[in-house]
Amino acid sequence: MPQSTLLTLLKVVFLICSTLAGEESEEESQSQHHHAETNLTDAFIVRLNWHHVENPYLVVLWIFVAGVAKIFVAQLNARLKSFFPESGLLIICGFILGGIVWGADKAQTFKLEPRNFFYFLLPQIILDTGYFMPNKLFFSNLGAILVHAVIGTCWNAGAVGVSLWGCYLGGAMGDLNIGLLQFLLFGSLLAAVDPVAVIAVFEEVHVNEVLFIWVFGESLLNDGVTVVLYNVFDAFVSLGGSKINAGEIIKGIVSFFVVSFGGSLIGVAFAIIISLLTKYTGKVQIIEAGFIFVLGYLSYLTAEMLSLSAILSVTFCGVCCQKYVNANMDEKSVTAVRYAMKVFANGSETMIFVFLGVTAIDNVIWVWNTGFICLTILFAIVYRFIGVFTLTWMLNRYRLVPIEVIDQLVMSYGGLRGAVAYGLAASLDETRIKEKNLIISTTLIVVYFTVVIQGLTMKPLVKWLKVKRVEPTELKLIAKVNNRACEHILAAMEDIAGRIGDNWWTRGWKRFEDTYITWFLMKPEARKNKDYLFSIFHKLNLEDAVNYVAEGEKRGSLAFLRNGDRTNVDFDKKFGMEFSGVMPDITSELDYGIDNVPMTSIRRDSIPSVSLDIHEQDMKDMNEDFNAHHLLQQHLYRSRKNHRHKYSRSDFKINQSEDEVQEIFQRTMRSRLESFKSAKMGVSPAKKITKHPKPSQKVRAFRAGIENPAFMPEMDTPPPPWLTEVETDTSVAPSQRAQRQLPWSPTNLQRLTPLRISNRSTDSFVMADVPAAQDSPEEPPEDGG
Amino acid sequence: MGSTSSTLAKIPNAEDLMQETGFTPAHLVRLYDRFKVLDKDKKGFLTPQDFVAIKELAMNPICDRIIGAFFTSGGETLDFPSFVRILAHFRPIDKNRPKEPTSPDPINSRSNKLKFAFQLYDQDKDGKISRHELLQVLRAMLEKQVTEEQLESIADRTIQEADLDRDDAISFEEFRKSLEKVNIDHKMSIRFLR
Repeated sequence: MPQSTLLTLLKVVFLICSTLAGEESEEESQSQHHHAETNLTDAFIVRLNWHHVENPYLVVLWIFVAGVAKIFVAQLNARLKSFFPESGLLIICGFILGGIVWGADKAQTFKLEPRNFFYFLLPQIILDTGYFMPNKLFFSNLGAILVHAVIGTCWNAGAVGVSLWGCYLGGAMGDLNIGLLQFLLFGSLLAAVDPVAVIAVFEEVHVNEVLFIWVFGESLLNDGVTVVLYNVFDAFVSLGGSKINAGEIIKGIVSFFVVSFGGSLIGVAFAIIISLLTKYTGKVQIIEAGFIFVLGYLSYLTAEMLSLSAILSVTFCGVCCQKYVNANMDEKSVTAVRYAMKVFANGSETMIFVFLGVTAIDNVIWVWNTGFICLTILFAIVYRFIGVFTLTWMLNRYRLVPIEVIDQLVMSYGGLRGAVAYGLAASLDETRIKEKNLIISTTLIVVYFTVVIQGLTMKPLVKWLKVKRVEPTELKLIAKVNNRACEHILAAMEDIAGRIGDNWWTRGWKRFEDTYITWFLMKPEARKNKDYLFSIFHKLNLEDAVNYVAEGEKRGSLAFLRNGDRTNVDFDKKFGMEFSGVMPDITSELDYGIDNVPMTSIRRDSIPSVSLDIHEQDMKDMNEDFNAHHLLQQHLYRSRKNHRHKYSRSDFKINQSEDEVQEIFQRTMRSRLESFKSAKMGVSPAKKITKHPKPSQKVRAFRAGIENPAFMPEMDTPPPPWLTEVETDTSVAPSQRAQRQLPWSPTNLQRLTPLRISNRSTDSFVMADVPAAQDSPEEPPEDGG
Repeated sequence: MGSTSSTLAKIPNAEDLMQETGFTPAHLVRLYDRFKVLDKDKKGFLTPQDFVAIKELAMNPICDRIIGAFFTSGGETLDFPSFVRILAHFRPIDKNRPKEPTSPDPINSRSNKLKFAFQLYDQDKDGKISRHELLQVLRAMLEKQVTEEQLESIADRTIQEADLDRDDAISFEEFRKSLEKVNIDHKMSIRFLR
């Protein structure tokens, strides 16, 4: 397999470099002094300047190796049908690489240094999670998340620490130089659920959104608690047990509030700065993307400098700035930021897991104490379960929608520990904490256990738990249709009845935000474009415009519409080309009048290839094995319930069914605007063109098989209300006719034409609709208006 | 916002409504607040435009039918009791309800839920889903790429599978029979309305 040879090649290269490094590092101490004084015996042409490039070279090489490991793992996983969690496989890769380094150096020269981890690997991951956080979901569940993050973590820390201490006193761990405070310290660093691990595992397991946001939010917000507990217990350990009194404990509690809120406020402050900056970067669009990263990182470092919670700072920076930044920046910059963010986050996560593996291959740190390790794992899991169930039971009493037991189980099982715990363990001071190596070893084992074993079993567990209702394998078609319809109905009813978080506070906040904050932080143009309907319409217009120009270019000139050319445009799905050729119209028997340009729809995606010979098409249809069930399954619109997974590490399009949304919107907008018009202007929508019977008659004759003609919404879409208002003066006959009976020209024109044809409605591209001609007595004679 | 009991007092016929629909006071209050939010012009009743203004509803393929279900018989106004009665269909089924043969089915019983769904398909209220009505529903719910022929074939096949008395339409009984294996409670309940 090519990738394995590549990997071995890399490993060989790496081996060479590491041996070089190994040798050099021994001599370095001596040669560093002599470096400048080396006597040159002769001139050189080329020489090996390893010293000069050593550090950056190794860093970049490691990044490269981690990336290759990820490729390798992804390929492997594809073959294994995604059985293993990728993070677990990366750790194993790390083991292998660590083994190589170990073999070369007899010492682990490359470890996951806490400093590197906390300053260079972690910030971008947290920024990524904050930036892509589903805000509405997050804030509506914030109370529950905080309860779990704060109380749950404290409980975990305390319970694990105290239990271990009890077991130690009971003699289960043999002889250790350790006291209660150190156990508590250990408990506190192990208690925190890790965001990196959670994302890595939950992304592959699709759970419902409330559950996801609880675990995810908890993993982010518990950093405040972890930092405080860690620092407090660290200080206590230094002070010694005797000096701890009520004063110190109160200081600890106060510091919790200061650390958490302080960190969050710093994040918010930086978010404001970013939003303000992007407001004024209109002239330097090329660099505005960079500001997000720079300021995000600054917020992390600033909080770290003030000994506040850095993770909370970056999280809230991302959470608060996303909306304004996305509105202010140019679309290209927005895409650039999103993509770059994902690249960094993915890269960092890969490196973290690989290094977690590499670090393990080191005999210095390993202290094996069976009792300690096994009891730690046991207590960590058990207390997690107890904590989650108790807190959720309490929360359920105040919730309208109780969290089910299954979800609670998944939540407890999903409490994964990760690199943050290791980082904290590695930064312990070994002079004060004699058993540092034991702690590091245990932490590593716990991390491996949670990431690999729990990650491995998470998916099967979720599947197994949800297999309560066995769907009957062969439902009748009407049942399937009804199932999907029910999903749509439920989604609609939920919208009508209002979501859970929809209450006075959220509405008040929204009002405040809309008036003051958007004024302050958003560009004026961006503010105007916030109107939802308008933005969708705008997008559709843009798409049509692009298609229109593309077709025009294909045909040689944009004047093709007026020349009465009855051409039908074909397209080929397979090669992604818009037009595979222009075929002559074959249905001359239907005469539509002087200027008729038949409908085409030039969507670039997934249009079935067409045969314009009707008979052939019919034959094909009859011969085909027509599977209604299959067709139904494939083409029903998905309801909102099916795309709830809003956070993904590798995919940054949140709503992937944008096409669907557009389709539905186009279709329903027509009827909506009709009723909207009638409500506004008292015009009765009597002149409604029924969508369905009319087009199907004509279109079927020559367009068999292209697409569902009933879906030509563009054909009948009237101009938007803000244009309509100008034209719906009933005294001006032409424009009203234009509204009622829009030109039947290529769809891509529809939305453009209203903008152009203010009065010239009876233009060359108005079709003479046979039925429509007879339905209105007040219709003006068809002439050049 | 006040406590539940004070807002409850503002709702006319709250007791009867709760009895009829089975909503708890807390739910009724929440729905009343929601009703007031939707009723932006403070008219005291809702119109179809108020529903259309709900952003997410616009994304729903069958939103027109759903709005139509609220405004039965072409009326343009919806008062609070009617609003609540429709939503009551989506309460989860009370498993512990004693079965009294004399009292009528509660609004959220399985058969009433099915009737609600049936009415969404049967727009002309003749008690049957004709081929034409089925075509309309399918068109609304299927993507653009499905051709007219395919659509008609699906509709034909659907009726063929469910139609027992060969009248080329699906009556309510046939509809119910086709869905007997489906867990309607799960499919047509919103948990937060319990």
